[in-house]
Amino acid sequence: MAQLKYDKKTDRLLFTKEMKKDYTILLPNMAPIHFKILQNVFTHYGYKSDLLDTCGPEIAQTGLKYVHNDTCYPALLVIGQFINALQSGKYDVHKTALMITQTGGGCRASNYIFLLRKALKKAGFEFVPVISLSFGMEKNSGFRLTLPLIRRFVGGLVYGDQLMLLSNQTKPYEVNKGESMALVNEWSEKISQMLIEGKGYTLEELDENLDKITKSFSKIELNREPKIKVGIVGEIYVKYSKMANNGLEDFLAEQDCEVCVPGLMGFASFKVDNRIEDYKLYGGSKLKYRFCKMLLNYLKKLEGLMIEAAEKYNFVPPHEYAHTKELVKGIIGYGSKMGEGWLLTAEMLELAETGYENIVCTQPFGCLPNHINGKGAIRKIKEIKPNANIVTIDYDPGAPKVNQENRIKLMLAVGREELNKKLDEQKKDDK
Amino acid sequence: MKLGLDIGSTTIKCVVLDDKSNIIYSTYERHYSQITEKIADILNTVRIKIDGVEQAEVAMSGSAGMGVAEACGIEFVQEVYATRVAANTFIPGTDVVIELGGEDAKILFLTNGLEVRMNGTCAGGTGAFIDQMATLLNVDLRDLDELAKQHEKTYTIASRCGVFAKSDIQPLLNQGARKSDIAESIFNAVVSQTVAGLAQGREIEGQIVYLGGPLTFMSELRNCFDKTLGTKGICPENSLYYVASGAALCAEKKIDFDKVINEVKNYRGSGNFAYNSPLFENEAEYIKFTQRHAKANVKQKELKGYGGRAYIGMDAGSTTVKGVVLNENGELLYSKYLPSKGNPVEIIKDFLEEIYTVNPTINVAASAVTGYGEEIIKNAFNADYGVVETIAHFTAAKYFMPDVEFIIDIGGQDIKCFKIHNGAIDNIFLNEACSSGCGSFLQTFANALGYEISDFAKLGLFAKRPVDLGSRCTVFMNSSVKQAQKDGATIEDISAGLSLSVVKNALYKVIRASSPEELGKKIVVQGGTFLNDAVLRAFEQEMGVEVVRPNIAGLMGAYGAALYAKEKSAESSCSTLINADAIKNFVHEIKVTNCGLCSNNCRLTINSFGAGRKFIAGNRCERPVTKRAQTSELNIYDYKLRLIDSYKPVEGVRGKLGIPMGLNMYEMYPFWYRFFTELKFEVYHSSFSSRKIYRSGQHTIPSDTVCFPAKLMHGHIQTLIEEGAQTIFYPCLSYNFDEHLGDNHYNCPVVAYYPEVIKNNMKDINKVHFIKEYFGVHRPKDFPQKAYEKLSQHFPGLTLNEVRAASKKAYEEQSEYRKKVIDKGNEIIAQAEKEGKKIFVLAGRPYHIDPEINHGIDKLIAGFGVAIISEDVISPRVEKFNTHVLNQWTYHSRLYAAAKYVASRKDMELIQLVSFGCGVDAITTDEVREILEKAGKIYTQIKIDEITNLGAVKIRIRSLLAAIDRD
Repeated sequence: MAQLKYDKKTDRLLFTKEMKKDYTILLPNMAPIHFKILQNVFTHYGYKSDLLDTCGPEIAQTGLKYVHNDTCYPALLVIGQFINALQSGKYDVHKTALMITQTGGGCRASNYIFLLRKALKKAGFEFVPVISLSFGMEKNSGFRLTLPLIRRFVGGLVYGDQLMLLSNQTKPYEVNKGESMALVNEWSEKISQMLIEGKGYTLEELDENLDKITKSFSKIELNREPKIKVGIVGEIYVKYSKMANNGLEDFLAEQDCEVCVPGLMGFASFKVDNRIEDYKLYGGSKLKYRFCKMLLNYLKKLEGLMIEAAEKYNFVPPHEYAHTKELVKGIIGYGSKMGEGWLLTAEMLELAETGYENIVCTQPFGCLPNHINGKGAIRKIKEIKPNANIVTIDYDPGAPKVNQENRIKLMLAVGREELNKKLDEQKKDDK
Repeated sequence: MKLGLDIGSTTIKCVVLDDKSNIIYSTYERHYSQITEKIADILNTVRIKIDGVEQAEVAMSGSAGMGVAEACGIEFVQEVYATRVAANTFIPGTDVVIELGGEDAKILFLTNGLEVRMNGTCAGGTGAFIDQMATLLNVDLRDLDELAKQHEKTYTIASRCGVFAKSDIQPLLNQGARKSDIAESIFNAVVSQTVAGLAQGREIEGQIVYLGGPLTFMSELRNCFDKTLGTKGICPENSLYYVASGAALCAEKKIDFDKVINEVKNYRGSGNFAYNSPLFENEAEYIKFTQRHAKANVKQKELKGYGGRAYIGMDAGSTTVKGVVLNENGELLYSKYLPSKGNPVEIIKDFLEEIYTVNPTINVAASAVTGYGEEIIKNAFNADYGVVETIAHFTAAKYFMPDVEFIIDIGGQDIKCFKIHNGAIDNIFLNEACSSGCGSFLQTFANALGYEISDFAKLGLFAKRPVDLGSRCTVFMNSSVKQAQKDGATIEDISAGLSLSVVKNALYKVIRASSPEELGKKIVVQGGTFLNDAVLRAFEQEMGVEVVRPNIAGLMGAYGAALYAKEKSAESSCSTLINADAIKNFVHEIKVTNCGLCSNNCRLTINSFGAGRKFIAGNRCERPVTKRAQTSELNIYDYKLRLIDSYKPVEGVRGKLGIPMGLNMYEMYPFWYRFFTELKFEVYHSSFSSRKIYRSGQHTIPSDTVCFPAKLMHGHIQTLIEEGAQTIFYPCLSYNFDEHLGDNHYNCPVVAYYPEVIKNNMKDINKVHFIKEYFGVHRPKDFPQKAYEKLSQHFPGLTLNEVRAASKKAYEEQSEYRKKVIDKGNEIIAQAEKEGKKIFVLAGRPYHIDPEINHGIDKLIAGFGVAIISEDVISPRVEKFNTHVLNQWTYHSRLYAAAKYVASRKDMELIQLVSFGCGVDAITTDEVREILEKAGKIYTQIKIDEITNLGAVKIRIRSLLAAIDRD
């Protein structure tokens, strides 16, 4: 067991260089395709890590036991999952660390890491160090977020986004069931191997690989029978995590829908852009502003590669951040940055514009930013895009799946009616 | 021919339509959760009654039909969609459909853009809610409607959640309000909930159609809707069968009756539901358990012929009334445990009459009353003492376990828990905003499933797989139970599961315990709910400790009150309680009136009992009782409100500028007032909140789970517009002033961006010049330039120099305002120190000084003779320190600092006001508690919402005062 060291000023338990050698870092799993890939970046840098894929009702129960019950659902789940893992006996708890993201925004999410530490203490694991994955909010000698690491990380995001985008567009239509997911798995393996070896993240490599990946998906044999197209937006964890949204994507697939989930790259650009907007609105350090501009530019380049590849093989390309941002102009100010901020509203507009006008807006029960940008913006969205057919779904440990599915089915019934109308009109036109 | 089935949460409807869409057969039956059996029955019947129905196309709809339909190969139609199809077929030209069902409420907008609104996770204002309320009033549904028609007045009942409404109604009942007025108030609450919760800014107008059980059967409810909407809706013939008819109309597939009936009967769901280990493995274990608990026993003696000194204790609880008579040794001579049926006075009268009949010469030495109805009973019968519930229960528990460390009482509608430290009550947990997990919760479920409560609880004792229902609101529980049933849980599993969830709610929602060590080893459990062995066992199992449950668990409040009377009274005392003769002449008259002594204009219920005994209820202050105005000298809430109002408009050449007085404006008004006054605007604010203001904007609120202070904002804006505002200023502010107490200085997301919600949801906002720009008040140096850039887009004539000068003045005014508040606070502290008074820090947010938000809690507390200051008075007395949370919100940093300071003072206590739905406070409350408890202080939290009931608040304050006094 490594010696426990504490930060002098704040008394926080540190993740030391010594720990890096024999500790396993547990990672929560938010978006399955992405996180499996991203984990390998850590492996490349010599961190031992384990991606938690546990699920089941006992995780929420554990969360409820150790976290304030009115805290948002993602916190309950992530913390519940961590403590559940520590209690499972699967890990040597004296050689285990936890990692959690911290954005530093004005939403409750910035506090997850503190809630996690409180919960650890309550559960008797106060000796387990927690690493903040953030831009310098907390420092640890055993873990550093360096620029090269970030570049590889972003590369991982790009692969994750593209695989998610492509498989979502092929899976519902594939003639040979399972082909899309098989490709996803195959590529995940290949990409993982590249990232472990420290390769595959430069612009050139990405360009080449994205082309190959996209091409491979274009080879899948499809039966293009029109389906209801549904977009999923919302609070980032609930939107992606199967555990949090009660298997929303699977449910929609069962209901014979094509699903579009906007990628993580948009969110990354949004978070970087927030700093630029803050500078514009309130003033601040010019240096930081320039750095963020540069970063945003880099993300834009990556985005360009994804779009280019998708378009080349006739896929609906991912949203272009600058365009998405333009859509929300005059509807919600760019200063609204907490949580998903204006991006949430913008994504709904963008989905409605790109043919995914049936939208599930997911949020944890009582999510604060969502009052503003989700539920609070829908009236306006419908004014601008009358075709938007939006249902908002609250998730929390007590919200029964049956009610959620019933509400979604209503949205789908209306969606199907519209689809049939469109098809009828097409038939008429064809005649 | 087509056949449609509608499987609702409580009923099943079936219709058969002929080829011209006429209903040729219909049936409506309650299913008591025996859904599959009932479907099979109905199909069998219809097959016999209607020739040729086996050739009909069949579809199923309804929230409870989803899984069944799929499993049995019947086409499923979403029920709202079905309604829409039916409405378009039967009543073409319908604009809006309002449908209330068992557990759901819906509004369908059919014309001008189809929109459908369903209640989300909240079932307040639905049929189930009305059922619950009727149970509470002890009338059946038809009577409820009849009662409502006879109403004279209406009360404000919180409309958001059935639970809140319940806690509004119960005190009204206890205080003697008329049932007819309450019935009407309940209907109004339903209307308000539907309109506010579902319309979400869309006008309900045109041809309106009412559907569903409650609206079909209750004409007065329809009336209430008509009145609110200012229209006359119609309730069509066959209004109950719209969903079923809609399903029939959508049906496209024929079924094989034999096959489907067979499959329905065998449908058992997935069999997958989360479950806990059984309560008891076998009979022997249960016997051992009951033998252990039989030891906590109070001896019974004969009341008849008893000649010694007798002590009477009475407990007028929320749903039950308890009374006991004790002898000098604390042994039980007589006891009574009855449902309050909405009138505790009548029941206590019967109780006393019985005592005097059994023992006409009884020598009552002293008497005491406790519980919700304490005051009315004490006044009605001239009892000697009133005692706060917590103290009564503690007194009783000590009798069974002198060194008790923890007491948990689960009653009909409330959970009370307290920790005992050094012989005094040290920490109190009450359920305030939520009654899930209480006795009435089990009761409601038992009744819904057709059982008596005692039989129902017993069912669970030997359940193999008790359903894991978690710890959540009753409403969610309803649906979870249904889901579990579908998944194959037996009634036994559900019974045990509900008992477990009662316990989990108490532990994890109310007490928030994570381990038994936290509560201590010496635990006494009491309250009627613990008389259920299943609940008791679940508690022991969940906590892993053996506890004491007295055989009089349900009587502990009354028993404690009697012991308290015994303790307090002198050796030779004689009780003031009215005697046998006086009981004969006892009368109870109720009059309702408005107070009129101040602007609150409280609705008073005046109870008179003859011989000059009177009790006034419904008042927020003591004024109607004492006829004296309360002194506001030592109450900073009062001062702050007056201070904000002292910034009077000054005429300006640039015209008028209206500011809504809500949320952060309660703190930042001085800043913006000075800023714009210097820029030659005439700055004024909307008047302080009122019910009327709230109502005026209620229909534009898009998110029904946002906090009440935010909801009020809609009303303020609406009022400003209606009063002719041309320009309204309501800025977005990600950041607040940096007071250097935390790691950052954000506003919470709601405060920061609520102007966006106003802009995107209030139709009338387009009538005015609405300014909601983003400002950075946290950067005084950049502020003038940036503010100039923003504002010159709205007011082209502005110059940068003007804005610079105005900014400087604005920052000065803000510090001046802060200084005034702090000075006044210091003055109050000094005065209190001089007079030796306790100082209560009523800590919350700036907007908690709004009387509509705090419901006069400041005045109520001041009524106990303590001085009141707010958190911002003492927060500057503390240097920045380390917290165990990310300290990133300006207003919340003040809370931590205030707690830290209070921890250092013997004469200060902190009470935290928390607005329901405040997500940020899920974080602050735990931290504030931790800071206080580390220093051995008691943490008290009061949750507030639209709710106006101050009963629970009083209990808290009195218990806190009692606990401090013991120190």
